[in-house]
Amino acid sequence: MRLGPLLTLGQWLFLLVAFICLSYSFLTDDFSVKLVAMHSNSALPWYFKMSAVWGNHEGSLLLWVLILASWTLAVGYASQSLPIDMRARVLSVLGMISIGFLLFIIFTSNPFERLLLNPVADGNDLNPLLQDFGLIIHPPMLYIGYVGFSVAFAFAIAALMTGNLDAAWARWSRPWTNIAWAFLTIGIALGSWWAYYELGWGGWWFWDPVENASFMPWLAGTALIHSLAATEKRGVFRSWTVLLAILAFSLSLLGTFLVRSGILVSVHAFASDPTRGLFILAFLVLVIGGSLLLYAIKAPAIRSDAKFGLLSRETFLLVNNILLAIALSVVLLGTLFPLASSALNLGSYSVGPPYFNAMFVPLSLPMIALMGIAPYISWKRSNKISAAIPKWLTAAFVALLLAGLGTFSLSNQYQQDFSWIAFTTLTVSIWLIASTALHMLSKAKHQQGLLTGFKRLSVSYWAMVIAHTGIAVAAIGIGLTSVYEQQKDVRMLLGDDISVSGYRYQLTAINTFEGPNFSGTRGDITVFDGDTVITVLQPEKRFYYAARNVMTEAAIDPSLTRDLYVALGEELGEGAWAVRVHVKPFVRCIWLGALMMAFGGFLAVTDKRYRSKGTLNA
Amino acid sequence: MPKPSRIKLFIPLLVFILLALVFLQLENRMISGDYDPSMLPSALIGKPLPEFNLTTLDNPNSVITSLELNNKAALLNVWATWCVSCRVEHAYLNTLAEKGITIFGLNYKDDQQKANQWLARLGNPYQLNLFDVNGKLGLNMGVYGAPETYVLDANGIVRYRHVGVVDEKVWQSRILPLGLNW
Amino acid sequence: MILRAFLITAICLFSFSGFTSANDSESLADQDSANELKVFSDPDMRQRYYGLIAELRCPKCQNQNLADSDAPIATDLRNELYLLINDNYSDADILEFMESRYGEFVLYSPPVNSVTAVLWIIPAGLVLIGFSIVAFIVLRNQESDESNNV
Repeated sequence: MRLGPLLTLGQWLFLLVAFICLSYSFLTDDFSVKLVAMHSNSALPWYFKMSAVWGNHEGSLLLWVLILASWTLAVGYASQSLPIDMRARVLSVLGMISIGFLLFIIFTSNPFERLLLNPVADGNDLNPLLQDFGLIIHPPMLYIGYVGFSVAFAFAIAALMTGNLDAAWARWSRPWTNIAWAFLTIGIALGSWWAYYELGWGGWWFWDPVENASFMPWLAGTALIHSLAATEKRGVFRSWTVLLAILAFSLSLLGTFLVRSGILVSVHAFASDPTRGLFILAFLVLVIGGSLLLYAIKAPAIRSDAKFGLLSRETFLLVNNILLAIALSVVLLGTLFPLASSALNLGSYSVGPPYFNAMFVPLSLPMIALMGIAPYISWKRSNKISAAIPKWLTAAFVALLLAGLGTFSLSNQYQQDFSWIAFTTLTVSIWLIASTALHMLSKAKHQQGLLTGFKRLSVSYWAMVIAHTGIAVAAIGIGLTSVYEQQKDVRMLLGDDISVSGYRYQLTAINTFEGPNFSGTRGDITVFDGDTVITVLQPEKRFYYAARNVMTEAAIDPSLTRDLYVALGEELGEGAWAVRVHVKPFVRCIWLGALMMAFGGFLAVTDKRYRSKGTLNA
Repeated sequence: MPKPSRIKLFIPLLVFILLALVFLQLENRMISGDYDPSMLPSALIGKPLPEFNLTTLDNPNSVITSLELNNKAALLNVWATWCVSCRVEHAYLNTLAEKGITIFGLNYKDDQQKANQWLARLGNPYQLNLFDVNGKLGLNMGVYGAPETYVLDANGIVRYRHVGVVDEKVWQSRILPLGLNW
Repeated sequence: MILRAFLITAICLFSFSGFTSANDSESLADQDSANELKVFSDPDMRQRYYGLIAELRCPKCQNQNLADSDAPIATDLRNELYLLINDNYSDADILEFMESRYGEFVLYSPPVNSVTAVLWIIPAGLVLIGFSIVAFIVLRNQESDESNNV
């Protein structure tokens, strides 16, 4: 058992070498490697050659497994305070998962396959859609998150195996889970932002099956980090927490299956084949089936006995988790329904944004509202809420007023009827911010002044405030942009102009130019507010030589209160171009909110409790 | 007899097993070629062709409003000169026509002159070619890309739609088993 | 506390004036030299058009709606929808038009029938089960509490 950490180091080193070898092949244009021939090109800029390493099925799996090895290494060396047998169990579970993926890679998805008999002079080039900064960071962030849930999973399995689950277990699991969750939040936010500016039509979430495959682990992870808090503080919800830990990682694996099995149609899906799908499915049955079976058999041994009252934080966390579980189930249902109905020959259906939005909004708004109340409720039994009621009323009053004003003002600015959806979203979100702020103010009251009081608030409390505020900010962005976004598709000749939402857009130039591996047309769209020039947006149309593909590069003038978004459509003849103009109010708040959430997640881990050296006191 | 509270612990496992079975079914059907997630089933199955009023490809004065089937089954092939796979399919259509199979053509959003030249050069397996220059009939039929082939029975009812190239394998495994009167 | 709330909202009221645009969008539109590619006589029709093309799936693409797709069939269908709306087809008529040609596959908002009913029954069921679980756990803890406090 003592060898454990050393072995994790060994695994990590070997995988790092493999990864470096593959990267080297890409960077040096070694077209005898099949992957490089299929996904790269000598004219591709070097930073895209690097990201092309994971811009395909085999390479991304190698990255996955390297990240798993990194997490395993971290657990191996950062767990000095864990009892040695517990650490051994956790590492062995992680190791077994690793073996499964490595077998998959070796037998079905070898990134190092060669084209020695039929060498090619140059490669097919990376899919132009992927030739973008987003691809460089989005997959690694996402994978660090997905894979990170394996640590909580391994801890859960270890607990089930020994029948031993105490507050210390929860305390060990929490930092790993928080970090994984924070990375996953960043990964999803990056994906959304990337789709927004890259795909050319201003959409930032489509409830695409592959997007859902990343969102479901996030929902489970959110429930998990809260459930872990309850288990650590009060020893409650133990079997529920274990189930969530299993679920979060299982959903990550499920996502891996869906994206690579070929059973889905999605612009995000990897081109893969059904035989690989069967292999992953077998792996899924082993890991998920096995862990759920273990759970069914061993869960009673870890059930908790702690009691709590009706008005207690435990109750609120329970409701929160149930709501998240329902949301998760609905997304799962909507994503899998078309597949199931095809499999059973019941017809070919599509389930898209109208369904998901209709289901998700009524679930999330109550959750956000409850988040405003929960910090005031103490553990076990809350007797003193009479002090909280005036604060809630104040927060509600402020929320209603600001939401009303905001909705009126925006409806006026964007020439729309008063929107109840916007009003409700604003009310609930501002309520959350106000209520949390008032709680923080009352908690920070100190004889020596507010500043001292603030400094004495714990890091994990700050983390909670920031993360919850992040949710409110994201909700505001989502609500407002969905209701008030404006769009016009126009035909423009040089010198033509169009007005959208009070801004005037004029086509002032059209030029052609050469890129490293494409030829492009760039339009200059000057944006006026009255007579002042705000900016010149430069959307492009690019023709990539190797892939023989036309791409749209949108041009955006970003701001927290509105994005001005312009994309070139097709050339309409006689020098006219189709131009698509969007105004997207508050869309940046969505990603700002997500960053705040992730920051909160990272911040929570720096709390003093996790930095004790030596074995933890019981 | 296990307590009811113990049984509910098995629910997640059961849900997962059901899902795994669905996935297994899909993967197997994909391997056997039975399932393609990007393929749409035609909305016209069991129905006649929609009404139309089109000229033929070779004669702009000849207006057709229905296809004469003479109590035999027929194929309606959607094709165009801009469609690369249609050229691949064409040779097989010629052999089918030689065997006496009735094939109608729907020239979809194409250039009339180019299409006629194409046929002159590569052979004409079609009894008749409808010229659907703006794709209106295609839209009413639910065509979403060429080549597509609709199998009509002797009464003019659509029995099957194939998306993609029709070759010997497709003919044997998909079209003949319909048991129609060719 | 309440007084503070008033002060905060008064400050916000002033800052909100910054949100309202000084421009009058309508008079600006009169000066536009570019025309929209699809012109509608009535803003309601325009809104319905944009709503419908977002709700309908492109039959050919990899999971995109008609609004976002550049495929020829999507362009044709958008043009067709434009004609239908101007021909006074209702939203239901248009959805039926699409469904009878391309099947239920092209409806992102799935139709309600015996097969798809599960999409609404299961969430409703889950909400009920969720309520029951919370009620059950909380009540069970209450009872034990009371028995402990005797």
